[in-house]
Amino acid sequence: MTEKLVIVGAGMASGRMLERLFETDPDAFDVTLFGAEPRGNYDRIMLSPLLAGETSFAEIVTHDAEWYAANNVACRFGETVTRIDREARTVTSAKGETSYDRLVIATGSAPFIIPVAGRDLPGVVAFRDLDDVQAMVAAAEKPCARAVVIGGGLLGLEAAAALRARGMDVTVLHLMDHLMERQLDPAAAYLLKKNLEERGIAIHCKAQTKAILGNGRTEAVLLDDGTVYPADIVVMAAGIRPETRIAVDAGLHVERGIVVDDRMVTSDPAILAIGECVEHESICYGLVAPLYDMAGVAAKTLLGKEAAFRPVETATKLKVTGVSLYSAGDFADAPEREEIVLRDAAAGIYKRLVLKDNQILGAVLYGDTADGAWFFDMLKKGVDVSEMRDTLIFGQTFQQGSGPFDPLAAVAALPVDAEICGCNGICKGRITEAITEKGLTSLEDVRAHTKASASCGTCTGLVEQLLALTLGEAYNPAAIEPMCGCTELGHDDVRRLIKAKRLKTIPAVMQELEWKTSCGCAKCRPALNYYLVADWPDEYADDYQSRFINERVHANIQKDGTYSVVPRMWGGVTSAAELRAIADVVDRFDIPTVKVTGGQRIDMLGIRKEDLPAVWADLGKAGFVSGHAYAKGLRTVKTCVGSDWCRFGTQDSTGLGIRIEKFMWGSWTPAKVKMAVSGCPRNCAEATCKDVGIICVESGFEIHFAGAAGLDIRGTEVLGHVKTEDDVLEHVTALVQMYREQARYLERIYKWAARIGHDEIRRQIMEDADRRKAYFSRFVFSQKFAQVDPWSERASGKDKHEFHPMAEFSFPQAAE
Amino acid sequence: MSEWIEIGKLSDIPQRGARCINTPIGRIAIFRTAKDDVYAIEDRCPHKGGPLSQGIVHGAQVTCPLHNWVFSLETGVAQGMDEGAARTFPLSCKDGRIFMDTAALQPATAPPLPR
Ligand code: SRM
Ligand SMILES: Cc1cc2nc3c(=O)[nH]c(=O)nc-3n(C[C@H](O)[C@H](O)[C@H](O)COP(=O)(O)OP(=O)(O)OC[C@H]3O[C@@H](n4cnc5c(N)ncnc54)[C@H](O)[C@@H]3O)c2cc1C
Ligand code: SF4
Ligand code: FES
Repeated sequence: MTEKLVIVGAGMASGRMLERLFETDPDAFDVTLFGAEPRGNYDRIMLSPLLAGETSFAEIVTHDAEWYAANNVACRFGETVTRIDREARTVTSAKGETSYDRLVIATGSAPFIIPVAGRDLPGVVAFRDLDDVQAMVAAAEKPCARAVVIGGGLLGLEAAAALRARGMDVTVLHLMDHLMERQLDPAAAYLLKKNLEERGIAIHCKAQTKAILGNGRTEAVLLDDGTVYPADIVVMAAGIRPETRIAVDAGLHVERGIVVDDRMVTSDPAILAIGECVEHESICYGLVAPLYDMAGVAAKTLLGKEAAFRPVETATKLKVTGVSLYSAGDFADAPEREEIVLRDAAAGIYKRLVLKDNQILGAVLYGDTADGAWFFDMLKKGVDVSEMRDTLIFGQTFQQGSGPFDPLAAVAALPVDAEICGCNGICKGRITEAITEKGLTSLEDVRAHTKASASCGTCTGLVEQLLALTLGEAYNPAAIEPMCGCTELGHDDVRRLIKAKRLKTIPAVMQELEWKTSCGCAKCRPALNYYLVADWPDEYADDYQSRFINERVHANIQKDGTYSVVPRMWGGVTSAAELRAIADVVDRFDIPTVKVTGGQRIDMLGIRKEDLPAVWADLGKAGFVSGHAYAKGLRTVKTCVGSDWCRFGTQDSTGLGIRIEKFMWGSWTPAKVKMAVSGCPRNCAEATCKDVGIICVESGFEIHFAGAAGLDIRGTEVLGHVKTEDDVLEHVTALVQMYREQARYLERIYKWAARIGHDEIRRQIMEDADRRKAYFSRFVFSQKFAQVDPWSERASGKDKHEFHPMAEFSFPQAAE
Repeated sequence: MSEWIEIGKLSDIPQRGARCINTPIGRIAIFRTAKDDVYAIEDRCPHKGGPLSQGIVHGAQVTCPLHNWVFSLETGVAQGMDEGAARTFPLSCKDGRIFMDTAALQPATAPPLPR
């Protein structure tokens, strides 16, 4: 008698297995095929193009009624198998029991529905089968319908693009920092995000869904941060789980998936399993290529032939029309791995290969994926690429010629109306025109004819590159010192290009300015983070991991790994209550050293990192905020006692100092900024060696700037004389804002001023009232986002992970 | 004897960041890179004892917060001109859970980390 083969699940894996089985021996088994869906096997992958309206269901059916009839398959579609009885060798469905000699479980995966309130509301759909697609198509028919897709992975993005193509208003919510984090690095994810946003898809990363809201039907999605997105449908694409329920109930060995050996046999020799429901050598697969291998192996095993499944590398492509994206293998950074990166900002291309011992380990391609298969093939075969290493990234067809790209590409790619010189409002077109029409050959010529680079000079590098581009070999600019080993561009060029190209994230800067590394280094990342904070105060989200430890934990690290804490004492003035609070904190936390600093305040040194939040909480109760003694930002405003007490005092220097400190604290600056206000020219507050100093005189205030008393010693320059405290505040603020916008990271005011000229600063701040007011209001705007006390934030729980070890172990020693 | 125990979840550590674990042989830093690789390395710079866990993580390297030496997370070896190495420990990460071999943490088998 022919053996009875029962298959649970009519999906892609079982379809392929049946083909292989019938090709070799059509009569070996009496086959019964159960499927929970009310239809036979179809190409599930094509649900995305189907949803987008690019194909029809008939075109994606892989096995039709005729095929099943010709092969004598007893089809039991629409019948879910609910139980396996291994003793009796039967499976149970709604219509009763069916016995088997051999059983194949091919139940695929179940979509993961995130456990939030409202997930059961009508209008919440997954993206797994034809029914889901039909539900989405129906929702899209309503005019102005809105969809929220939860999950920015492969599936979610394909759904989002398809729904958008159907005219829906689509928002993607993604938990992680960047899209498709499992397949893409941040640079490629940035390009993908840009592309999707250009199609009108809104993307919200780091989105924690809190609840799905609605009265009898989905109406909106609520995030943890309070954001609400209206939604007529919510597509759950947050991941999949192997569908193992019947196998677990039957007592088969199941880990994440149903555990199988190389022959696809489960812990019960009569039962095989294939497809996404399976775990082989601790790996579960979610792409069809390996599942097809499994199908072939299972067919052979059933027929008693030798066959073994081997783990395989998989490559990913995103099936969204107009996006080319390919990723394969392991592209994580690790020592001894090298990477080759090609970025062509103008063409929107990013390619990255990760190599080890001259073999390709991983590849990420965006924009131009023509060579994906070629790289993947070499990756699988372990080809030694040392011969072609230098030109490998240019792809298979690259023979010889062009070589690495032109370092001037970033400037060449700027549109003609991109502003090059911010001070004088000169765009790229004006400069190149002047160069060709007037036959200019030097920087001086350009300055004389266009005024570009003639003021603050931060655009000098760009102007020189324009000269080089326009004149070619004939021009030889002075070498610019690159920011770090990750780029050829200097600080000034990077700053100007961030503005000109409106770059708003670190991955965006690295992609558009063709960074040579994928993740930057400890030199460029903090600098870029500052430039972005300064240039886009409202839009840029500070990149915590790009800050030096002191700015990350808001305290100063000491040589033994403990920290020091310096609270603000506005203008150096304190009170009995404040001193008592400090004394209590010192006692309570057993702080070893308390010192009066050179900046007129008190430093508590030797605090254990774990204690910091509690120390701040206590200090906060007494009204203290962070003194930013660690920050590239405003440090102290030293004052003297002034007219309140001193017999020589001409103005309220203490009050003015406090006013300035309260106005400017919290702002990030290229390097630290220290100020002082002295009540008369005797200058007890040492204002004439500060970044900014004010000397009060009978007729008003003398503003000084660009002093130094650290590594260099330098007396200040006079900026000018003003009459009122309000004037002081406006001029000093404008000066600091000008510095914030122009200086290079870690460049103190005196160095910046020497570079661009004290006269130019005086001209812009003292003489040009409009410009001064514009600087002032930009500073005021950015303070809206900056004046948050970092200590109280952390005392109430922010960045908790920083202050606690992840785990403590004190297990007993190993037995003798 | 090797015995792997769970020390935490991948999601406990920020990307391009580190957390510490306290063990009988001293403090060990667990790093997570931008690509979600994890590494365990003694939390003590061979130069002057800086806590490496507090440094900036870039690629599979960390820059010490005290004097900016750069170390490979995989081998613990100082990069560039600087010489020295911090001890590394085997780690394994599966399904977002991080495991460590307790054998490497037994005072009997592993010398304590210098403090
Ligand atoms: C605490 C304090 C010394 C003291 O006990 O008095 C101090 C302590 C440090 N100074 Fe200072 N400086 C202190 C006043 C000064 C002064 C005097 C002043 O501010 O009036 C100067 C000269 C003025 C100046 O800033 O130029 C000063 C010039 C420096 C420099 C050299 C800066 C330069 O560009 O020339 C550094 C190094 C640096 O910043 O790169 C530095 C760096 C440091 C650091 C942050 C070193 C570090 O990176 O770990 C020290 C941190 C110790 C801590 O944890 O608190 N410290 N330092 C003073 C804190 C003032 C405050 O209340 O915030
Ligand atoms: C929209 C979409 C796009 C995709 N795009 C790609 C792509 O581009 N490239 C790629 O490689 N992969 C892609 N995939 C993944 C690919 O489709 C799956 O890896 C593949 O379908 C898995 O095959 P399977 O046979 O294991 O499971 P499935 O194809 O899911 O089949 C399992 C079947 O079993 C049924 N079933 C489950 N439990 C029972 C039960 N108890 N009783 C009876 N029947 C049951 C299910 O209803 C289902 O029909 C995509 C998937 C989706 C959803
Ligand atoms: S600055 Fe002038 S007024 Fe103020 S304390 Fe010194 S000497 Fe007195
Ligand atoms: S202690 Fe690490 S570099 Fe000096």
